[in-house]
Amino acid sequence: MKKRMSNAGEGSETVKKEQVSITVNGKECNHEVEPRLLLSDFLRDHLRLTGTHVGCEHGVCGACTVLIDGKSARSCLTFAVMADGTDIKTIESLGTPDNMHPLQSAFWEKHGLQCGFCTPGMLMTAFELLEEKPDASSDDIREALSGNLCRCTGYQTIVEAVELAAKNMRSEA
Amino acid sequence: MPLKAHIPESRQTEKPRDSYKWIGKDMKRVEDPRLLVGRGIYADDVNLPGMCHSAILRSPHAHARIIKINKSKAESLPGVLCVMTGAEAEKETGPLPSWANPPVHQYCIAKDKVLHVGEAVAAVVAETRYIAEDACDLIEVEYETLPVVVDLEEARNSTGDAVLHPYRGENNVAISRTLTFGPVEDDFAKADRIIERRFRWPRSGGTPIETHGAVATFDSGTGKFTIQANTSMYNFCGWMIAQSLGVPGHKLNIIPTLAGGSFGAKLFSHKQCVLAATLARAVGRPVKFMEDRIDNTTGSDSHASDRVYYASLAVKNDGTLLSLKTRIIDDFGAYLQFGVGTHGNALSQVVGPYTINSVQVDLEAVFTNKCQQGAYRGFGSEVANFVIERLVDATAQELDLDVVEIRRKNFIQPDQFPYLIPTGNMYDSGNYPAVLDEALKLSSYDSWREKQVELRKEGRYVGIGVASCQERSVWSTTEFWMWNLEPNGGEWTSSPDSVSLKIDPTGKAYITLNSPFWGNSPETVAVQVLAEQLTIDPSDIEVTYSDSDHGFNSAGPSGSRFTVMMTGALVGAAHTLKEKLLRIAGHLMEADVADLEFRDGAVSLKGAPEKRLTIAELANTAHYFRLDLPKDIDLTSGLDTSHVYDHPVTTLPAEDNSHMGIFYPIMGHMCHIPVVEVDIETGEVSFLDYAAVHDCGTMINPMTLKGHVRGGVVNGIGSTLLEHYHYDENGQLQNALFTDYLLPSTLESPPNMKVGHVVTPSPFTEYGIKGGGEGGRMGTPPALTSAIEDALKPLGITIDELPLSPNRLRKLIRDAQSSDG
Repeated sequence: MKKRMSNAGEGSETVKKEQVSITVNGKECNHEVEPRLLLSDFLRDHLRLTGTHVGCEHGVCGACTVLIDGKSARSCLTFAVMADGTDIKTIESLGTPDNMHPLQSAFWEKHGLQCGFCTPGMLMTAFELLEEKPDASSDDIREALSGNLCRCTGYQTIVEAVELAAKNMRSEA
Repeated sequence: MPLKAHIPESRQTEKPRDSYKWIGKDMKRVEDPRLLVGRGIYADDVNLPGMCHSAILRSPHAHARIIKINKSKAESLPGVLCVMTGAEAEKETGPLPSWANPPVHQYCIAKDKVLHVGEAVAAVVAETRYIAEDACDLIEVEYETLPVVVDLEEARNSTGDAVLHPYRGENNVAISRTLTFGPVEDDFAKADRIIERRFRWPRSGGTPIETHGAVATFDSGTGKFTIQANTSMYNFCGWMIAQSLGVPGHKLNIIPTLAGGSFGAKLFSHKQCVLAATLARAVGRPVKFMEDRIDNTTGSDSHASDRVYYASLAVKNDGTLLSLKTRIIDDFGAYLQFGVGTHGNALSQVVGPYTINSVQVDLEAVFTNKCQQGAYRGFGSEVANFVIERLVDATAQELDLDVVEIRRKNFIQPDQFPYLIPTGNMYDSGNYPAVLDEALKLSSYDSWREKQVELRKEGRYVGIGVASCQERSVWSTTEFWMWNLEPNGGEWTSSPDSVSLKIDPTGKAYITLNSPFWGNSPETVAVQVLAEQLTIDPSDIEVTYSDSDHGFNSAGPSGSRFTVMMTGALVGAAHTLKEKLLRIAGHLMEADVADLEFRDGAVSLKGAPEKRLTIAELANTAHYFRLDLPKDIDLTSGLDTSHVYDHPVTTLPAEDNSHMGIFYPIMGHMCHIPVVEVDIETGEVSFLDYAAVHDCGTMINPMTLKGHVRGGVVNGIGSTLLEHYHYDENGQLQNALFTDYLLPSTLESPPNMKVGHVVTPSPFTEYGIKGGGEGGRMGTPPALTSAIEDALKPLGITIDELPLSPNRLRKLIRDAQSSDG
């Protein structure tokens, strides 16, 4: 789908690379990339940040969601060159097994994941929601996550996990 | 009456108990931390030194002869390492594994004919996926189009060039067979009434968010392949992939990655594995093949049942169900990788939870120019559930009986188990009235019926559905071949699972599973069972997965079997190590083994728990102090073992096909009661309530079981309301993307699903566990359809076809309104 998404020209030999400077998870990354390189591939293949998953590569499933300057975006619908000069946060920035973000521990607590493939996108979308709306209702959460597909859970425990995280984050604040 | 299958004795060693320390607890999952922080390794995360990437040129035609392929432009593109056609691939790589009988020839790249849109015509290996896709565009293929077959009811009439597999017969019927179990004609003669309906179950698919993928290497020094893939069954029949590659089984090692969901779709993933390995051999470097979404929807071989049923139910006027006859046409698409296993599967519970006395099934499985079927949550039994429940609803409607009471009246009763159904399969245990009662209570059914009356007066279309369905678990391999006309040597009867287990010198326990992570919770389940067995803390247990070089005999997760089978294997392995620990402890403590017990991570004297040796102390002795132990020659150093657990209870089909033996006996049950409102102006369905009660026997982890139920329900909502791989009259797949093949989102899913359990332990499995992996999807389609039909009752609408998209519902509503006046 790279070709279909990027609508590139005749062949790769004609493509001139461009310099990008992107801050990813707090670290500045300077790379030469083809203009057609998807941000998802830049993160996964060039930076080896494979926590960002690619499910459909046409912007529907939401598994590849990252934050660009704090706003959620589909990294499969974004060219790396479009992200030049931005600040990107991926799942790898959120927490570690020993020091989870409240969203991650709430997903663990509430069984908000099964196969885990959609989870990074869910977490990044929920992160944005709670930044903007710390007291999000369950309807707000359903609305915010409606662009992220999960085939395993039936969503209920994901919504409950975000509610729990919001509650825990409010009481910590 | 022919003699039915005899029932073997139970091999259960761990009886169900009233209480446990770890089993039955909502333990947080062991798998989760790495998945939550983005450190799980899925197929596409595998990155090997020197690895290159592949892309597939796929057929734009549904049925065509490949006349000529010109690949010179593609080959001259910088960065391209190899362009391979089917004819070239065939020089070293043979046909793909097939369980069809007679076999159906399929190759990882089509040789001379393409049989569906999306079939591989050529493969490219390049330095990047981008270049590989560029090169695909430069390959020139000349096709001669052939007649296209898309209508499953017309496939039997195909002739000449319209026949997909001429070496198998003169038309597109893959198998046609009628099986009769019990006195069907007598029972129909006794009937007061025959309920007849035609049902249409649409083609959908498991559609995991992660596609199939494999990374393969070929070591020309050793002549050995290594494949890392999101596959399963690699320790059961991975050698078949080697066979396709033209090497003996031991010249292929398959290493499982995490799978980002399967729902059956990744049962074997052999085509993707064979393709990546074929390309790796050609270029002498590691090759990744990762499907993109179009690769997946058009060519991953994991579409699911696509059936028409002509069904008749013989009934008495009092609502007694006597006999079931179905004529089924199933559109398997272009190939038949798992034979008609989905219909073997459906015979396991074809009469539902009811005392139906006889059954006739007339199956016509056909080939059409579509992506072939694979497995999807239910593997064909979910369709049989839909059919029997729709017929029961139809009976209630025609006889003016209550939908709850007609079910209750026909239930197999708790004292009738183990129960042999007409097809020969056994239902091990159950308590269907208890499940029904619990569901009625959980849903506040009576209160909803009262509310419904009020809401209807307000002009609202509110409906309540009831479905009582079987949830067979733990397949035996006979389901895959019982329909075959002639034996061909592939009549396997084993379907084991196995583990390796060791305790290290510090007392930590290591479980090696021989089956992969599919999105289920194998590590959590294994840890809970072993912690229970050894009375140790779950944090002292490590779980890993074997590759095929080191693993053995494991059919893996599918057919809701893994919890039962893995627990059986673990119990066996734990018993072996416990026996050794007791022997060592008895010697060191100078006590009779019969006076010792496991308690709090130690072996202690019964009645005097302070006299104890911890497992860590015993393990240290077992590993390093052989001379402190008795001289018995069989008492070797260390604490390690493996155990293979065979199917708990299975028998062969009768030679005369009068019954199919016991093949899917660990019988769960469920009752689903959704309450919906239909907007008759838009055809939109919204949930007011959803109650689901399941009986999966003893539960290892109720939290993860509920997760399966809820997730399965939402899969079922997709099958009922949204999902349909739609091929037009030219065999073009109209909705290959998620923009138009719609999966349920948060907004289509019930917000507060109530999940309840009744526990009727199996007398045949360890601890009495039954499988529960597919349950939700096996109950939701009939329950939700019933609710929608109930909502539209004032318009006199009956529903026989899914999915109930807004379009279809609006058409039904429009037709009903116009016929009214």
